Amino acid sequence: MGIRFILMVNKQGQTRLAQYFEYLTIDQRRALEGEIVRKCLARNEQQCSFVEHRNYKIVYRRYASLFFLVGVDNEENELAILEFIHLLVETMDRHFGNVCELDIMFHLEKAHFMLEEMVMNGCIVETSKSNILAPIQLMDKAS
Amino acid sequence: MFGGPSLMDSIFQRSLEDLIKSFRLHLPGGEPTVVSKALDEIRYEIRSTDLTTKAAALQKLTYLHSLHHADMSWAAFHAVELSSSAFLPHKRAAYLAASLSFRPSTDVLLLLTNQLRKDLTSTNHLEVSLALECLSVICTPDLARDLSPDLFTMLGSSKNLVRKKAIATTLRVFSQYSDAVRVCFKKLVENLESGDVQTVSATVGVFCELALREPRAYLPLAPEFYRILVDSRNNWVLIKVLKVFAKLAALDPRLAKKVVEPICEHMRRSGAKSLVFECVRTILSSLSVYESAVKLAVAKVREFLVDDDQNLRYLGLQALSVVGLKHLWAVRENKEVVIRSLSDADPNIKLQALQLVMAMVSEDNVTEICRVLITYALKADPEFCNEILGFILSACSRNVYEIIIDFDWYVSLLGEISRIPHCQKGEEIENQLTDIGMRVEDVRPELVHVGRNLLIDPALLGNPFIHRILCGAAWVSGEYVQFSTNQIELMEALLQPRTNLLPPSIRAVYIQSAFKVLTFCLNVAFLPNEAAYSSSSCPINEYSASPSFAGHESLADCEQDEFLNLRVLSQSVKAPSVKNGGDTAVNHVKTSASLPLRNDILTQKSADKMFTLVKTALAPLVGSHEVEIHERVCNILGLLELTQNEISDGFSMEKGNFESEELKAYEIIKMMRDAFSEEIGPVAVSARDRVPIPEGLVLEENLHYLETICGDIQFPISSSFFLGRPHSGERDGVSFFNRPIIEVSESSNESTLLTEHRKRHGLYYLPSDKKEVVSCEYPPANDPKMQDDITDDAEDLVKLTEQSLVRKKKPSQAKPRPVVLKLDEGDEISVAAEKPESKDDMVSGALRELLFGSDAIPPSTQINSSDKLSSKRSGKVSEVNENVGNVRKSECGTPSSRKSKHHSHGKERERRSSEKNVEVREENGQSNKQKSGHRHGRHKARQRADGVANVVSQTPVIPDFLL
Repeated sequence: MGIRFILMVNKQGQTRLAQYFEYLTIDQRRALEGEIVRKCLARNEQQCSFVEHRNYKIVYRRYASLFFLVGVDNEENELAILEFIHLLVETMDRHFGNVCELDIMFHLEKAHFMLEEMVMNGCIVETSKSNILAPIQLMDKAS
Repeated sequence: MFGGPSLMDSIFQRSLEDLIKSFRLHLPGGEPTVVSKALDEIRYEIRSTDLTTKAAALQKLTYLHSLHHADMSWAAFHAVELSSSAFLPHKRAAYLAASLSFRPSTDVLLLLTNQLRKDLTSTNHLEVSLALECLSVICTPDLARDLSPDLFTMLGSSKNLVRKKAIATTLRVFSQYSDAVRVCFKKLVENLESGDVQTVSATVGVFCELALREPRAYLPLAPEFYRILVDSRNNWVLIKVLKVFAKLAALDPRLAKKVVEPICEHMRRSGAKSLVFECVRTILSSLSVYESAVKLAVAKVREFLVDDDQNLRYLGLQALSVVGLKHLWAVRENKEVVIRSLSDADPNIKLQALQLVMAMVSEDNVTEICRVLITYALKADPEFCNEILGFILSACSRNVYEIIIDFDWYVSLLGEISRIPHCQKGEEIENQLTDIGMRVEDVRPELVHVGRNLLIDPALLGNPFIHRILCGAAWVSGEYVQFSTNQIELMEALLQPRTNLLPPSIRAVYIQSAFKVLTFCLNVAFLPNEAAYSSSSCPINEYSASPSFAGHESLADCEQDEFLNLRVLSQSVKAPSVKNGGDTAVNHVKTSASLPLRNDILTQKSADKMFTLVKTALAPLVGSHEVEIHERVCNILGLLELTQNEISDGFSMEKGNFESEELKAYEIIKMMRDAFSEEIGPVAVSARDRVPIPEGLVLEENLHYLETICGDIQFPISSSFFLGRPHSGERDGVSFFNRPIIEVSESSNESTLLTEHRKRHGLYYLPSDKKEVVSCEYPPANDPKMQDDITDDAEDLVKLTEQSLVRKKKPSQAKPRPVVLKLDEGDEISVAAEKPESKDDMVSGALRELLFGSDAIPPSTQINSSDKLSSKRSGKVSEVNENVGNVRKSECGTPSSRKSKHHSHGKERERRSSEKNVEVREENGQSNKQKSGHRHGRHKARQRADGVANVVSQTPVIPDFLL
């Protein structure tokens, strides 16, 4: 499994989105998120985007007040994950128009939906923005 | 309606948006109350029959679960219920809730099976994709078994969206239910040839994950992957394919040879850093035997290293550490960059650089590198400082200090490290100090010197991190006190008042060391002949005869013979006059000066001083509550009591009297000194196992009669205490050496090895001494066989270091390419083939059957027809080469020709697979509803037979599928 989890966390360390691709109990999740947030948010702009934690590699990137953290296993290509994060942000940007933390807060379901279009089972399955957004737009029309 | 919410409640229900807003409004710390209040609401609302109300409640609950870690396992049934809604947003909410909260043990999971199946076969592709997404997360063996037929149909769906997701789902289904492999694998493989990029991407993603677990099973698919590697222009796909090849290339050198050029081509051509990096990593990790490719990759790494982007620098360093294992030159080439990275802003980069620096360490440059690192450690923050120190310590002590030539330097380095303010490596340094002391004879003077410098510094006692180091230093100083230049000073250091800052266990070591120092001093002072005697018997004690007691100024002044000590003095002075009642020896000696007085007085003074020192420092500790301290203080004071009185008395009496009186003190001191001069050597971990259990000894017998026996036993102190003296031990060792069990040539061989080693290092390890010490530890030393073992052991040890040194000479020696030697190959393959069997990896088992099954030959005929096979293989290989040639040509040729080629290739396989497939389907059909155990057993039996065949024939079989 390439990607193990995806987290979006704001500057204050509050989780804004959490998607796991392997089963962890609530307590495990809480602990993991706490540790990772402490580790990554303490880092500054001059430091690289990769942190090793437990048996994960965390690839993260900061956009405005929001941190995108992706936990991957050791085989994964870090640069590709960085590109993936950027793609995710661009996709959200295209959908919400100048995406910000509030958009993700209030449209968590949609954010999950986009993620599900892009990643399944920890594998990246879709990288075209219009392909990712097409089902969401259809679904919006349906409701 | 069972107390469910009314219409009014539904109208005034808080939406998810309201809930989120209430979170934003709450006061700091009020989050738990908001959550619990919301949960109460949700529990009520979710029971509503109105689906909109239920959906809203479920959405809120999902939100709370996902971001506020609220438990929602109780609501699983509601999610299942809502999933049957025909309204898409409701369904979506239900599936999202399920995928975020369901666990394998959720009991209502099976209730979802029918709904999932219904949605999977729906005409609305949105519903299908929702169901697939959910399935890919929550799939259990039961779900996988029930839904794999539906999944199979969807793998051939005409809708790209559906097909793509079905492919991604198979990965999860396979891992849960291995028999699904038989159903779906062929379809999955076909999707590799799809024209749709996303389909290929998803398929390659699945294979990439599968191949990471069990690469050998996917070797037959190499041609498909190769085509993608050459043709695809999608970086995501290429990265995945590269990962697959990184695994496959390690299994087959010919495949490696094929792919190395396309990979280099990508590396040259691509502008995408991620792809370039993946190429670099693949080459460095799996294709490192190809010099030119490695050169190219290292050039790319260099670009990364000097880039402004810290991410690239980090990855560059990481890549270097991968290549460094086999091609150290690559690291050496980039030495400056690596060293510079030690002061990077990012601790992760620093750590990578540090690892690389340590990888470069060899016996030639260890001094230089440590020098550089220490300067960095002094500047670094505490955390990184200790990282550096940890690396230095572990690198230098690796393989029993194999890279250290100049131990004097290393020991003083240890002293230097101890004084670095942030140093927290006390325990490690302590261990090394004592370990080196025991292993390396020649360094002991320097070791004692370093220890002394640490001990006499009162400031160090205030730092708890250094206490362990001081403990080591104290032990070394006590154990090898004969190398000390000034024992009085040492004694003062060991007993200084600030030692009360030490923890009791370490203080006990201090006191024990003081005991040793005292014993040594008394011994030298009163018993010169014995001292000389023991020094001759034990080579290390050369120093002990020299006038160390009196302090170094006396060293130059007098010869060994002239060395003044009480005994000589008192014997030469026939009639000592007593001036002050003889309570102090000093006065007495002052008057009796026929020999150089200065030393004499110094000796006397210092002896006296030492007595007072010990007394004043330790007397208060007699009441210590710490057992260790208490006991040792009593020991040392007791010795003092015994000897001091007698000696003082002795001076006040006539010569004859003195002689007889002195005997007691003489005995005591000699005994103590002998006890302490017993050499302590390192003992092998397995040493205890080598002691044979004496015949007739029953270890598990009840020892109830022990008391009666013990009453009679008087422990013979001398024999239990001195477990063989060094000289006698040596004699024993020699005699055993000459026993016929060890061939003379062998022992001479050992000695030449040894001398070589010594020449190299200019040092003496302790093989011979060690042997004796070890042998002396154990009573049944008369067993020649055991002796033999031990000598062998030591010999092995010497050889081992020798070997590792030889290996050191060519560190850049690449791992030999896997040559196809029969014996080796047999070993290798049996291991590789057994592994999956033992793990009982059903996926690969099923796969092997699928992929090799049609070509598998019964094991009985296999061996006989090996020559036939090999001829067949060579034919295939040439055909295969042709095939690849075609692919290459087709790059410049028309695409249709390539297509047709692949088509035929695919068809051939299809034909094979269809046969297989029919069989499998039949089997499936028959027993699908019956107990699966039966089929399971059959499958296993066949698999085992396959396994046997594979052990013998896997190599001949595999090439058939190759490029």
